[in-house]
Amino acid sequence: MEHIRTPKVENVRLVDRISSKKAALGTLYLTATHVIFVENAPDTRKETWILHSQISTIEKQATAATGCPLLIRCKNFQLLQLIIPQERDCHDVYISLIRLARPVKYEELYCFSFNPKLDKEEREQGWMLIDLSEEYKRMGLPNNFWQLSDVNRDYRVCDSYPTELYVPKSATAHIIVGSSKFRSRRRFPALSYYYRDNHASICRSSQPLSGFSARCLEDEQMLQAIRKANPGSDFIYVVDTRPKLNAMANRAAGKGYENEDNYSNIKFQFIGIENIHVMRNSLQKMLEVCELKSPSMSDFLWGLENSGWLRHIKAIMDAGIFIAKAVSEEGVSVLVHCSDGWDRTAQVCSVASLLLDPHYRTLKGFMVLIEKDWISFGHKFNHRYGNLDGDPKEISPVIDQFIECVWQLMEQFPCAFEFNERFLIHIQHHIYSCQFGNFLCNSQKERQELKIQERTYSLWAHLWKNRADYMNPLFRDDHSQTRGTLRLPTTPCNFLYKFWSGMYNRFEKGLQPRQSVTDYLMAVKEETQQLEEEREALEERLEKIQKVQLNHTKVKAKQSEPSKHSGFSTSDNSTANTPQDYSGNMKSFPSRSPSQGDEDSALILTQDNLKSSDPDLSANSDQESGVEDLSCRSPSGGECAPSEDSGKDRDSDEAVFLTA
Amino acid sequence: MEFSDLIRTGRAQAKLLRGPEAPPLRGTLCLTGHHLLLSPGPQATSELWLLLLRSVDSIEKRVASDSGTITLRCKDLRVLQLEIEGVEASLDIARSIEALSSLESVITSFPFFYRPKGLRLGDAWHFHPPERYYKRVARETNAWRLSEVNEDFSVCPSYPRAVIVPRSVDDGALARSARFRQGGRFPVLSYHHAPSGTVLVRSSQPLTGPQKRRCAEDEELLRAVLAGARPGARGFIVDTRSSQAAKQARMTGGGTEAKTAYPGWKRLHRPLERGQPLQESFVRLVEACGDPQQSTDSWLRRLEGCCWLAHVKEALSTACLAAQGMEREGACILVHGAEGTDSTLLVTSLAQLILDPLSRTMAGFQELVEREWIQAGHPFQLRCAHSAFSHARPKHEAPTFLLFLDCVWQLGRQFPLSLEFGEGLLLALFEHAYASPFGTFLCNSEKERCLCEVRTRTHSLWSGLNQPKEQRKLRNPLYAPNPLAIWPSVELQSLRLWQGLFLRWIRPPEPSEVAWEKVWQIVTDKEKTKLSQPTVSASEPQL
Repeated sequence: MEHIRTPKVENVRLVDRISSKKAALGTLYLTATHVIFVENAPDTRKETWILHSQISTIEKQATAATGCPLLIRCKNFQLLQLIIPQERDCHDVYISLIRLARPVKYEELYCFSFNPKLDKEEREQGWMLIDLSEEYKRMGLPNNFWQLSDVNRDYRVCDSYPTELYVPKSATAHIIVGSSKFRSRRRFPALSYYYRDNHASICRSSQPLSGFSARCLEDEQMLQAIRKANPGSDFIYVVDTRPKLNAMANRAAGKGYENEDNYSNIKFQFIGIENIHVMRNSLQKMLEVCELKSPSMSDFLWGLENSGWLRHIKAIMDAGIFIAKAVSEEGVSVLVHCSDGWDRTAQVCSVASLLLDPHYRTLKGFMVLIEKDWISFGHKFNHRYGNLDGDPKEISPVIDQFIECVWQLMEQFPCAFEFNERFLIHIQHHIYSCQFGNFLCNSQKERQELKIQERTYSLWAHLWKNRADYMNPLFRDDHSQTRGTLRLPTTPCNFLYKFWSGMYNRFEKGLQPRQSVTDYLMAVKEETQQLEEEREALEERLEKIQKVQLNHTKVKAKQSEPSKHSGFSTSDNSTANTPQDYSGNMKSFPSRSPSQGDEDSALILTQDNLKSSDPDLSANSDQESGVEDLSCRSPSGGECAPSEDSGKDRDSDEAVFLTA
Repeated sequence: MEFSDLIRTGRAQAKLLRGPEAPPLRGTLCLTGHHLLLSPGPQATSELWLLLLRSVDSIEKRVASDSGTITLRCKDLRVLQLEIEGVEASLDIARSIEALSSLESVITSFPFFYRPKGLRLGDAWHFHPPERYYKRVARETNAWRLSEVNEDFSVCPSYPRAVIVPRSVDDGALARSARFRQGGRFPVLSYHHAPSGTVLVRSSQPLTGPQKRRCAEDEELLRAVLAGARPGARGFIVDTRSSQAAKQARMTGGGTEAKTAYPGWKRLHRPLERGQPLQESFVRLVEACGDPQQSTDSWLRRLEGCCWLAHVKEALSTACLAAQGMEREGACILVHGAEGTDSTLLVTSLAQLILDPLSRTMAGFQELVEREWIQAGHPFQLRCAHSAFSHARPKHEAPTFLLFLDCVWQLGRQFPLSLEFGEGLLLALFEHAYASPFGTFLCNSEKERCLCEVRTRTHSLWSGLNQPKEQRKLRNPLYAPNPLAIWPSVELQSLRLWQGLFLRWIRPPEPSEVAWEKVWQIVTDKEKTKLSQPTVSASEPQL
């Protein structure tokens, strides 16, 4: 790789952010795709892998006596603080990474070199796992009111929309094309979700080009057609997800919002969700709070409040709740838009769908939902997540916010989702990783031109294959509370929105709960299943025995076999067992050197290993944590994590790594 | 005094509102000496509704033309509303509730009248005497002995009759050391950490005063503590006040150990909030939780403003420091603040929970609460006289015990498999500490409990809780014994508001109940499958 100035630097220290006294000595490697840090400690050789596409910023700090500090911030919220002995090496690494982290062509992205060793057929099947036309069929379409339109064949009308769209039956091609000319980027109203119980629907579009007085007959007819497609209601809601002030400002630019006087039978509503720039700054502020060195509780809460992040999350949720209620309780169809209809509109439509339809709360359904409201409707993944070097002002955590909304719902309804938190975290990771082709480019059209499906692999197939890791053991699809529409409390409960430490601090293992309820319960479930299978086998055998030797059966109590699986409960204790620095800055225990303390913990670790069924466990997860938070392991406790890409593509990485 | 004197109107027709989620109840309201009852009409299907008057924290009345509304705010943070027919009747009932809920006499309180079916008086009171814990210590080391120097509570009125002290120190020296410590609380053993051979000791502040007095017996006692651990052992004195506050205490006769007088001991100051500021923090947190109309930002501002989570963090990290000193540094730890009955107990009990796997079991935790809080002389009656809603000026109230329960909940959240008990037990302890039909949390010390004959005339909470029918509510279905220390993270991102307590009556309870049902189902499914494994003959023929 021509961009790598120095492929290897030795004697680099990786600083532990929580207890800055601890630092691991090791070697830093730069490869075509990853930054790799390998610890020197001979017994662990812990590796930290970082994909170039995950790097958000690189900061070279003032050289100190110990060396030259380099701070790497990642899009998946990992923070790496390295100290490189030589200024010159540090500079070379810095310059190389700056270039490597900002590819200029799609072909440089990891997904074009990533090879999980699947054959062509498997790859094609992978891409077919999620099928949107199936999804519309599941909704009950086409029917008497809605039909598939080919008006956007070859992206003739709107280049950021998919080619297959559902529109009201009464909306002719003439109306659609006319309406599209009156909408920003020609994103005309199209169906996002159809609620078959009462025919109400959620449609989406961009803002109308109404300015101060412009009208468009076809656009008015289009909205009329949407209303007619729902015989149960004589009006529709038009929800503008922007703050009113922003929408008004747009009028001066010839854009704006629907005038209730011009459209018959609409109820117009603003729901103030801030724009991408506000959200970007808000996340920035929140992450700064997370990075504070030993803040007080008050600094933390004050900073969290000041960032406004949770307020923004709540605004998105509120919009989704409003729409879900309009559809399910009032039976009224809703048209949602913001400015271009690809950020806030996507957030709000998908939150509403998730609340309305339990299918989207299943593993596969959730993939479908992202495919439908985000990928197919032209959410600009490349611009928002900075996959290619571009305008930093386009970057914004839009889908991150949606993913957090889902987590907030999971916290409130622990039994309503088939998947667990890890599933959300891994999806977030891969939106930035560029390891799979799903989230490349800004639209379906671009992806088609790039022949993504022929040249890269699908994340959905990968996640589906490892679905055992993503299951929520508490999922209850049978319970009245989790069936149908999720009912949120009528009173506004702000305290229900919490800081998601599992996402934003996920690489700081010490901050997370040290034992996982999800893993434990999954293991128990698995064990139950195995016991049941064993029992069936035994019963079968017993039957045979009884047949052979009816008279001689002396039944003797047999102790159930010492469980092979019982090790799981203590296996996480290795992390549980190291105290952090509780003394603050005070040198409370000055007489002992830090190394003595480490000896202690090593001792404890080995003791623990004797008890644990899987001594490599902690090492395993740590090794992989560089690439992904891979605490997921097979709950049965034996084998190492089957799951992550990094595990499997190690071979291919290794190759790159050697040639580099 | 007769209760009937205080009951102006015995009954009235009323409607009871129990929060936004529960349906209202209608029926006849009755007032007795200890309870408020609502019996629904004869055709109604719902059961009798009962409220212990002692659990009413504050009462508010409003009258309309022909009815009155009484708002009862309870010590367990519930808010109830009664709509009563008749202005006169409602005012009378309000006044009666006010009078009956604030009676000060212990021996006329409900525990002295409560005679539940299936329980025998005197049961379970013998569960957790210090003698029992001493047996365990004696198995681990012989450096300590059980002293009955306080047999008649004359040496220290807030200690139990028997305490565990260094074997080499005689009772006379203990009595003299007691005179040098506030309230007579001389250093006694709290916990022996067998793996490291170190001990956790607690006391009150030494009465050094402005003249920097010393006490040879007290110094001898602490010397004996170190000698008992191992020759050359060192110790840390964790003072739960700031060094400034400790110095100031000298002016009023208190103070802290002088470095030169106690060789081998090093002092650390970890200021913990106590008393009135802690009570105010609790009041402000509950206020913030009860206001659903505020925006997300102002909620965070108020959460920050009340400082409750900061107190949780400080308490946990001080306990971790003490535990770390023992387990990692091999040092003995003495904990005290001023009186040694509040933050001291908070630190010693939490440190044990972190280090001692036994204290994380159901029985072990009950023993810990009994030994380190009730018998150690935490003044429950004074501290829990009022909860967060009272309009009365707080005098001695402080939610120290609640802070302890919150810290335990945080440990349970970070180590969801390591505690045998669940949130249910913590909630029950909170409720019963403030108002209970059982005698366990009555009075301020063992001495008072003896005078009131609490042990023979009331039922123990432990026997109430340990009935099989209660177990499912109290146990943690995920429990798997963990033999190691559990070191929690005290970083801000790791601490959470205890919603199950502070928002218990505000957020809808169903989703978490549904989740726990499922957890129990998964766990019991496994147990059932295990039990139903068929038995196979040993003399199995070859097939």
